Amino acid sequence: MDPILELRSVLKEFPGHRAVSGISLSVPRGSFFSLLGPSGCGKTTTLRLIAGFEQPTSGDILLNGEAVNDRKPYERNVSTVFQSYALFPHLTARGNIEFGLRQHRVADIDKRVKDVLALVSLTGKETRRPAQLSGGERQRVALARSLVLQPDVLLLDEPLAALDPKLRKQMRLELKAVQRRVGITFLLVTHDQEEALSMSDQLAVMNEGRIEQVGSPQDVYLRPRTPFVAGFLGAVNWIGPIGVRPEATRIAHRGGPGSQRQAPGLVTGSVFLGDCVEVLVRLDSGEDVVAQVPRSAANFKPDDAVHICWDAAEELSFS
Amino acid sequence: MKLRRWFLFPAWLWMALLFFAPFVIVLAYSFLTRGPYGGVWGPWTLENYQRLFDPLYLTILMRSFAMAAAATALCLLFAFPAALFIVRATRHRNLYLQLVMLPFWTSFLVRTYAWMFLLRDTGLINTALEAAGIIHDPLPLLYNNGAVLLGLVYGYLPFMVLPIYATLERLDPSLMEAAADLGARPMAAILRVIVPLAKPGILAGSVLVFIPCLGAYLTPDLLGGGRTVLVGNLVQNQFTGARDWPFGSAVSITLMALVTVLLWVLLRRESEPLV
Repeated sequence: MDPILELRSVLKEFPGHRAVSGISLSVPRGSFFSLLGPSGCGKTTTLRLIAGFEQPTSGDILLNGEAVNDRKPYERNVSTVFQSYALFPHLTARGNIEFGLRQHRVADIDKRVKDVLALVSLTGKETRRPAQLSGGERQRVALARSLVLQPDVLLLDEPLAALDPKLRKQMRLELKAVQRRVGITFLLVTHDQEEALSMSDQLAVMNEGRIEQVGSPQDVYLRPRTPFVAGFLGAVNWIGPIGVRPEATRIAHRGGPGSQRQAPGLVTGSVFLGDCVEVLVRLDSGEDVVAQVPRSAANFKPDDAVHICWDAAEELSFS
Repeated sequence: MKLRRWFLFPAWLWMALLFFAPFVIVLAYSFLTRGPYGGVWGPWTLENYQRLFDPLYLTILMRSFAMAAAATALCLLFAFPAALFIVRATRHRNLYLQLVMLPFWTSFLVRTYAWMFLLRDTGLINTALEAAGIIHDPLPLLYNNGAVLLGLVYGYLPFMVLPIYATLERLDPSLMEAAADLGARPMAAILRVIVPLAKPGILAGSVLVFIPCLGAYLTPDLLGGGRTVLVGNLVQNQFTGARDWPFGSAVSITLMALVTVLLWVLLRRESEPLV
């Protein structure tokens, strides 16, 4: 596929530490791509390298097949939605959205502003200053301000982190819908695996300046290539060298047929989560595991002798 | 009375005794007549204020305003880039700030005398230029409007740098990145984002420079050599040489009233909600 953005062995060193250790990455045109990883893994530095706020120590950044290493941020056709939004407090929502268009001396400013306001559902709020907008609305202004420039790649740095959980879930769907409608390539940086899994066409899991795995959300979640990826994307029960996700772990009062994968243990407790119940089991082999079971089937008391079982197909294994 | 109120008492007492009382005395003097041997005398009169409309005094007032405005403008021109430089400095930022405040370690009077030694006909600058063969007669550097302006800008520059620095320091550094990201070159980003957001600091600095410059008398006295009479020198002359306390008081009160009106207008505009 034709990549709109490519990183080739990009390395970034700051005095005393290496933030990005020679990563290579290819982002397909028009896709929703996420960089997922814990804080300090180098994902934000990678984003800043692409935006041009930082210079790579070595390696190349290619936009539309052209190396852009030497281009200043204002010469690169990418645009960033900052984590803090970085809206200009002295300008109205409209002023913020027009800012980039004026810098680029675009002709049909009014029409483009009107269209983007409608796209992010901000029509009617254009005369408000950032301080007069809610958190969600500020986020839309930040998004609109970048989208209106029709960048090759839109960079989003933890854009939902500042929102409350309910709004965050709603904005996930909206972001994804907006991306589909405009067809612009989105590159999202996040530490929230649910966010990355729910929105991305492809995601790259980063750890300690390296990319551990790239793939579709299903790929990465179901077939993690390293224990780190498995553990970062969701909970894992470790039964010896075998990993099983809690939602794939079943629990029964007596053992099943010998052909099934199973292990005996004692219930140590349970946690009510509303939509399901997590039953905690200490296996006879000493490991603690968690089984997610439906509320109706959660008739387990501490010290019950149980068997946990799982399908061989659900096992996570690492080469 | 609540304990909290008492916290204000020392400041209140100080202001009442050393500001308000003298102010009332000066205000009263300005409506009295000059006594035969100096001092003040009855009857009450408005004559002192009428005298201010004499073209001689109006010129002095205008000249003072122009001088203070020019000094403020020059300070702003030098201070803004300097403050921006200091805020952006990743290392040595404190050192630069110390350097801005370094002049305060010596008395203003001594520093003004130092300028006289630099600027006079046999001073360092003229001697050096003559020795280098660039000039044959000394340049008239001292005792003119230029020297006064130089002295004022030199003296009050830190009062412009510090408030602007304080405002810039509070700005989210990602604003500058956002401007660049949206396609603004550095100069456009500064003019369209940083300058508007630094407005409170620019206003505070301008007030802190303009008002003392308007009433300055030491700098025009020493560097202007008595040729450039500003309103501060006029007041000083009335209280010392001319011994016309009522007129000196009237000039002071008028100056104070003008400054108050100016500040009121400025601060009213400033208090319009920015965010």
